[in-house]
Amino acid sequence: MSSEAVPLHRRLGLTDDEAALIPELLGREPTDPELVMFSLMWSEHCSYKHSKPLLRGFPTTGPRVLQGPGENAGVIDVGDGLAVALKIESHNHPSAVEPFEGAATGVGGIVRDIMAMGARPIALLDSLRFGSLESARSRHLFTRAVAGIGHYGNCIGVPTVGGEVAFDDRYEESCLVNAMCVGVLPAGRVLRAAASGPGNALVLYGNRTGRDGIGGASVLASAELDDDEDKRPSVQVGDPFTERKLMDCSLELADAGAFVALQDLGAAGLTSSASEMASKGGVGLEIDLDLVPLRESLTPAEILVSESQERMLCVVEPGRVDEVIATCRKWDLDATVIGRVTEGDRLVARFGGEVVVDLPARLLADDAPVYGVPQDPAPAPVPLAIDGIPQPADLAGAWRDLLGHPNVGSRRWIYERYDHLVGANTVRRPGGDAAVVRLPGSARAIALATDCAERWCELDPRNGGRASVLEAARNVAAVGARPVAATDCLNFPNPEKGSTGWRLAEAIAGMAEALTALEVPIVSGNVSLYNESAQRAILPTPVVGMMGLLERADRSVGQAFVADDDVVILIGEGGRLDASEYLGRTEGAPEPVDVRREVAAIDLVIRAAEAGLLRSAHDVAGGGLGVALAESAIAGGRGARLTLASGRRDDEVLFGEGGGRFVITVRPDDIEVLMALTADLPVAVTRIGVVGGDALTVTIGDTRVSLTVAEARDAHERALPEALA
Amino acid sequence: MTQVVVTVMPRAGVLDPQGQAVRGALTQLGFADVGEVRIGKRIELDIPGADPEGTAREMCEKLLANALIEDYRVERA
Amino acid sequence: MTTVAVVRFPGSLDHDSAARAVEGLGATAVEAWHADDALPAGTDAVLIPGGFSYGDHLRCGAIASRSHIMGAIARHAAEGGRVLGICNGFQVLCEAGLLPGALRRNATLSFVCRQMNLEVADAGTPWTGGRPEGALLSVPVKNNEGAWYGDPATARPVLRYAGGNPLGSVEAIAGIANTEGNVMGLMPHPEEACDPLLGSTDGEAIIGGLLR
Repeated sequence: MSSEAVPLHRRLGLTDDEAALIPELLGREPTDPELVMFSLMWSEHCSYKHSKPLLRGFPTTGPRVLQGPGENAGVIDVGDGLAVALKIESHNHPSAVEPFEGAATGVGGIVRDIMAMGARPIALLDSLRFGSLESARSRHLFTRAVAGIGHYGNCIGVPTVGGEVAFDDRYEESCLVNAMCVGVLPAGRVLRAAASGPGNALVLYGNRTGRDGIGGASVLASAELDDDEDKRPSVQVGDPFTERKLMDCSLELADAGAFVALQDLGAAGLTSSASEMASKGGVGLEIDLDLVPLRESLTPAEILVSESQERMLCVVEPGRVDEVIATCRKWDLDATVIGRVTEGDRLVARFGGEVVVDLPARLLADDAPVYGVPQDPAPAPVPLAIDGIPQPADLAGAWRDLLGHPNVGSRRWIYERYDHLVGANTVRRPGGDAAVVRLPGSARAIALATDCAERWCELDPRNGGRASVLEAARNVAAVGARPVAATDCLNFPNPEKGSTGWRLAEAIAGMAEALTALEVPIVSGNVSLYNESAQRAILPTPVVGMMGLLERADRSVGQAFVADDDVVILIGEGGRLDASEYLGRTEGAPEPVDVRREVAAIDLVIRAAEAGLLRSAHDVAGGGLGVALAESAIAGGRGARLTLASGRRDDEVLFGEGGGRFVITVRPDDIEVLMALTADLPVAVTRIGVVGGDALTVTIGDTRVSLTVAEARDAHERALPEALA
Repeated sequence: MTQVVVTVMPRAGVLDPQGQAVRGALTQLGFADVGEVRIGKRIELDIPGADPEGTAREMCEKLLANALIEDYRVERA
Repeated sequence: MTTVAVVRFPGSLDHDSAARAVEGLGATAVEAWHADDALPAGTDAVLIPGGFSYGDHLRCGAIASRSHIMGAIARHAAEGGRVLGICNGFQVLCEAGLLPGALRRNATLSFVCRQMNLEVADAGTPWTGGRPEGALLSVPVKNNEGAWYGDPATARPVLRYAGGNPLGSVEAIAGIANTEGNVMGLMPHPEEACDPLLGSTDGEAIIGGLLR
């Protein structure tokens, strides 16, 4: 169908029903700029119209919560008069089209969300998914995305301290790039987007406005990707140097108390920011589009929806406008009064003396129609027919091969390309279970990790949701920190097709269960739907960004075996090959998650850490016990002699996943005190061996398998470089 | 205003690892016979006055090129 | 009490951590803004910190090296005052002609963030804290353009990378001083090695050069 024959509203992505609703709400036909604004604000990316009802299932409150979902980021009180803002967001579709700039601008956007709360960004993490590295396209997307994240994050001086990456065919056409940012601010100075004070000035500062992303993030995020070359020009180019100046300038003004309200410009640009500021504040806004500084000539609609990066919008009392403009000039940033706050509730925009937009702001910001998603359950998962899988003749070889798999091996290739040190507050660097970042001006530190159990979410989404939260919590607990808040990015395929809607609901329910049991609220998050192509859909990937708190920055725990003769202890039990990394495919029935037991195990590890009993701690995740033990041995440069209880078969004992387990080491003298902590807990605690020697030697019944630390390290280190060669 | 084009290239004899990397990528893409590849910068300037090339050369000496590792060339657009 | 002026350009990133390191050694840190013509009153020594001044546009440190404040820094150095340039600060000093050579793209063609061992090549400057020649200092690098290029005969190498030269510096040079020894530039970040909690305190030997 030629583009002339397709009605404007359909070309903009609105359904016929939605287009019919607009004149009813307005009481008249919309102007063209208004129609474009509706199409963006009512898109999936901006309105969450398919996911909003389901998101209500998350726990979002708690004694530390200063700001829950609904603002640019969530905010948590961490004591000492300090608060931490956190959020994770996706930039999937732009990254599949142009991975360097897509990933870079993803970082830029999430950093601005944190800045908009008045917080100084202190850490970044990224959660990535690509197709198998055997595909040249996936190698290209992966290496360019890492380059883009590094380019932006390094230049703005926020350390990228953690994250994760996994490779699976299901992401071949639809890669995932989720960026998480954490910032710190005074607890009493949380800035919000709600405008107030009729007569106050609306000031736009940062980069000039151009044609970037016209129809960009909002349109791309709401439709499946096909080979449509027209989407290519929609990708924005990031300017991290300007973002750094924006950050320094904004924080200087925030510290001076100059802002009544602050909002960053992201998807749908001025339209989104202005309508949200007005709607949240219950006020109106008047904007004179002629005053917006432009890079090139734009129509009023283009000015309203441009997604030019590195721009902020603020409300300022008239008496402080000069101060704001002068500070922006000092930082070499454009700053212009483009409008004012008004009585009433209307968003009004003028261009060339004519009114081109005049409607209640809430129609754009809040009144998008909400849809249910079909709930068609997928068949129950079928346990793996394990006898049909040959046992390895060389168990040590299989162990080595697993360590050398791109999903398991060392991530050093990635994190050495990121400045993970800037700020001199990185207490635990990438490579461990969680990053630990000292809070400036405090003895405390935060621990950060991202995680997701996507294969489990495909097969058994309720358990997958539980597991995703609990894995993230285990990573944080393993460094000795108590999980206190989480942010989430729900990356799913088209919710209107197949069982995706059901998986979305089930995963959210599972996540909510685990979060409630942990007493960890979701304080912010993002939903990215329609991640699929004609060929295939992604695995359902609800990424959890977990933050933990350490009372003392110098009391974190590492995963390395530190001394010979330390006793190795397994916390928890279970594990099966179904859906495991060792199996290498999404098949089987994941081990059901016993939330109560897994939370008890997490609590035990934290209390043991706080009591100073842990010489090391490591969660058992992808690759099972074999990989966890090898990683601790590699990090510590020493092996261990271990005995494990027999199971169905040796490779399942060594590489089975599930059970919410940890491997810890303690001094022999501390065992009694540790065992006293574990009494009465529904958690299995088993001595499995002793640290020492230059090899990992494991006895399982009559089987004895041995891998030298040197061999293990060699395979582990070579995994990514070899896959990329 | 006269438009002047400045081309800044790595000095001959100075290693150009970026050029080498691109050459490697080109040969892998099937351009097996490609010779040397060197990567520099092209800077376009609108310069007022009677001697725009002279002004551009001064700009190169003062900022646009680092004489230790770069050569430059100035020409009218 | 020594007063150290920590220079700040648009895009400076490591000024805060450098100031903390300086104060941890008992000195006072004050900010020197790039657009000023003079150093702050009472300045005893100057530290040009790391970062991406002016976004690394054109060449790293090129635009910053032409700032107003550089005139005052050049005079301070000519009078024998101490100047330490870290990473981007080293790039600025080379671009300003206060140190010989230039910093180029890493041989890996990628950003490298890694703990390195630096070997003391010249124990006769204030910048190695009295450690003997051959002593090792553990300090991280984090940069895109850290390969020092120049004629080693024109430089006074103070620190060399030990156990590998991933950045591709001529003669594995990590840091150099001027002939007199009062101006020092290095690519590694000593301010990231002044706290046992961060893994090393060897950076104190280098930053201490501002105070001695």
